[in-house]
Amino acid sequence: MTVLTDDILPTSGRAVRDEMIAFAVMAGLLLIVPLTGVYPFFVMQALCFALLACAFNLLIGYGGLLSFGHAMFLGTAGYVTAHALKVWGVSPELGILLGTAGAAALGVITGLVAIRRQGIYFAMITLALSQLLYFIYLQTPFTHGEDGIQGIPQGYLFGIFNLARPTTLYYVILAGFLFGFLLIYRTINSPFGEVLKAIRENEPRAISLGYKTDQYKLLAYILSATLAGFAGSLKVFVAQNASLTDVHWSMSGEIVLMTLVGGLGTIFGPVVGAFVIIAMQQYLAGFGQWVTVIQGVIFVTCVLTFRRGVIGEIAHYFRRSL
Amino acid sequence: MRLHGISALLAATALASGFAMSASAETIKLGVLNDQSGVYTDLSGPGGVDAVRMAVEDAGGAINGNKIEIVSADHQNKPDVGTSVARQWYDQDHVDAIFDIPNSGVALAVQEVAREKHKIVIFSGPASSDLTGAKCSPVGIQWTYDTYGLAKGTGAAVTKAGGDTWFFLTADYAFGQALERDTAAVVTANGGKVLGEVRTPLASPDFSSFLLQAQASKAKIIGLANAGGDTVTSIKQAAEFGITSGGQKLAGLLVFLSDINSIGLKTAQGLELTESFYWDLNDETRAFSKRFFERNKKEPTMVQAGLYGAAKHYLEAVKTSGSTDADKVMAAMRANPVNDFMTKNGKVREDGKVVRDMYLFEVKKPEESKGPWDYYKLIRQIPAAEVTRPIEESACSLVKKG
Repeated sequence: MTVLTDDILPTSGRAVRDEMIAFAVMAGLLLIVPLTGVYPFFVMQALCFALLACAFNLLIGYGGLLSFGHAMFLGTAGYVTAHALKVWGVSPELGILLGTAGAAALGVITGLVAIRRQGIYFAMITLALSQLLYFIYLQTPFTHGEDGIQGIPQGYLFGIFNLARPTTLYYVILAGFLFGFLLIYRTINSPFGEVLKAIRENEPRAISLGYKTDQYKLLAYILSATLAGFAGSLKVFVAQNASLTDVHWSMSGEIVLMTLVGGLGTIFGPVVGAFVIIAMQQYLAGFGQWVTVIQGVIFVTCVLTFRRGVIGEIAHYFRRSL
Repeated sequence: MRLHGISALLAATALASGFAMSASAETIKLGVLNDQSGVYTDLSGPGGVDAVRMAVEDAGGAINGNKIEIVSADHQNKPDVGTSVARQWYDQDHVDAIFDIPNSGVALAVQEVAREKHKIVIFSGPASSDLTGAKCSPVGIQWTYDTYGLAKGTGAAVTKAGGDTWFFLTADYAFGQALERDTAAVVTANGGKVLGEVRTPLASPDFSSFLLQAQASKAKIIGLANAGGDTVTSIKQAAEFGITSGGQKLAGLLVFLSDINSIGLKTAQGLELTESFYWDLNDETRAFSKRFFERNKKEPTMVQAGLYGAAKHYLEAVKTSGSTDADKVMAAMRANPVNDFMTKNGKVREDGKVVRDMYLFEVKKPEESKGPWDYYKLIRQIPAAEVTRPIEESACSLVKKG
């Protein structure tokens, strides 16, 4: 599967500098959000989805693997964290750890099955597995079926930070997001990331060069699953609920949409895409039935006019790497 | 300011806060949060928003000089969207009460937000009786109906009327199973027998094998413990298989007027169902529905009618208590009896359930129908006591056990 990106060449010093500047701008903007009067819950939710989209992008943008079942990691981690916090009464950090570990374990199991195929078959297998899980969650008693788990206690992180305070919660979520983002950035620019790109561009050639591509793909898949799960665990603290929506296939579709709108295979694209889509859901909620229509129009416009996505087009225009 | 004094205490609080309020002349904001693009659009949606608007217009658009405003949003059937809209409404936009919220999952999530912010939420759309049971809240009210009433209403009435053998077609998830369990208990308690049940996958396009099992069971009544699209599909396919014309009867456990409208009488005829409102019940309901029809070009469902009643009762409580403070308004809403075109001497109970009569209907045959929207004939008015969970059995923590 070929992907529209400009970063086939090894990263140059200039590219790294550009990315650092962009990162500083993004982090700076996000840091001052609580001072601006923008509704923090909206930004927190967008941050969780941004991390999710970044994790997805790691797989498709750099590994060339289109997963259509990433919602299962988001949802699984959400359910595990929610259940651990509410029923077992564990501390927030342990809850996040359990949720993320749950998603990672799921990543190992589904990854072993899915990475045996490429392209559309890979997408279909991930979709099938996530649908399987959806119906399991629909029936399992601990998820409370379509009612979901509500009223999850937020608690004190490390026993000191009161997560029920919006500002504290915001900085915790932001720290989580930045951590995940930097981890992905580091992965992309590591030798491991270079091999992933090589596999994306020409898998038989990577094999002939002696790389065990299946191992690389599996590792990328598990990493992506784990980070998606991390996003899902963080989201539990923001939304204070875990529901079937997060495991539904349409959520997987939304993740793809976010990444495409922002820019496939760009570092900052998924973040922008997530903010655009979540902002539309939030601020267009008053338009009622038109939300989905507007979303569709934007998607079509995006695919027809700027195929590289918002960030992809900007990067291409200035010949920069973003 | 005129006080509808109920007790000296209420009058005193009303007077005190009445002064506070008239001093600041704030707006009273009502939020309507429902499905405006998905499966529950027809039963509430924009029509539900308009019903609230009608109640506001009837209140004169203002109370004690404070303007009443309405905001509305589509929760897209996503608990995430629902809670974030609710949170923003309560926090930033100073919404005083949120209405409707069809989809029990979203409703339960918003219930928690309302509890946390200590603001009022009044449910008209969602069915789950947990909202006033284990998950009840001091600031939550379930206005129009719940699963308990539906199971009791249809189950008991149909069994007593001779439909003493049942076969269930159950949507295979928590809601369907709960509805089946509750109805089966009612059926057995009334001397009926459950011959069997079959669990159907959610959103199944093909009910043929399940319907054949139901047909083979020779049960007099086939109970449909499902909702929305599943109900519509199963009713349609039951008609195609000649089940309804073959002598077996369908009992819909959660069916709305809008569903019947989309299925059509030819297919739906003979179906028995329970609702808390039908437009053609009496002069008062016809008068309201005529107004509603002129504005929305369709007859109101019970959810929409309930929204009007809920908004009206809320605004009256704001007026009598002279405040928009959640505790004071809730106290006034509990103290005042509910009286409107669809409710006679209703009562907001301590667990948040509105105690009201329900009606058992049968869907008319096409030749009995006199025109568009003439769909139901009334079989029986079911007194509130039969369709409301007794307070002693309530799992709600707000109920003081004596």
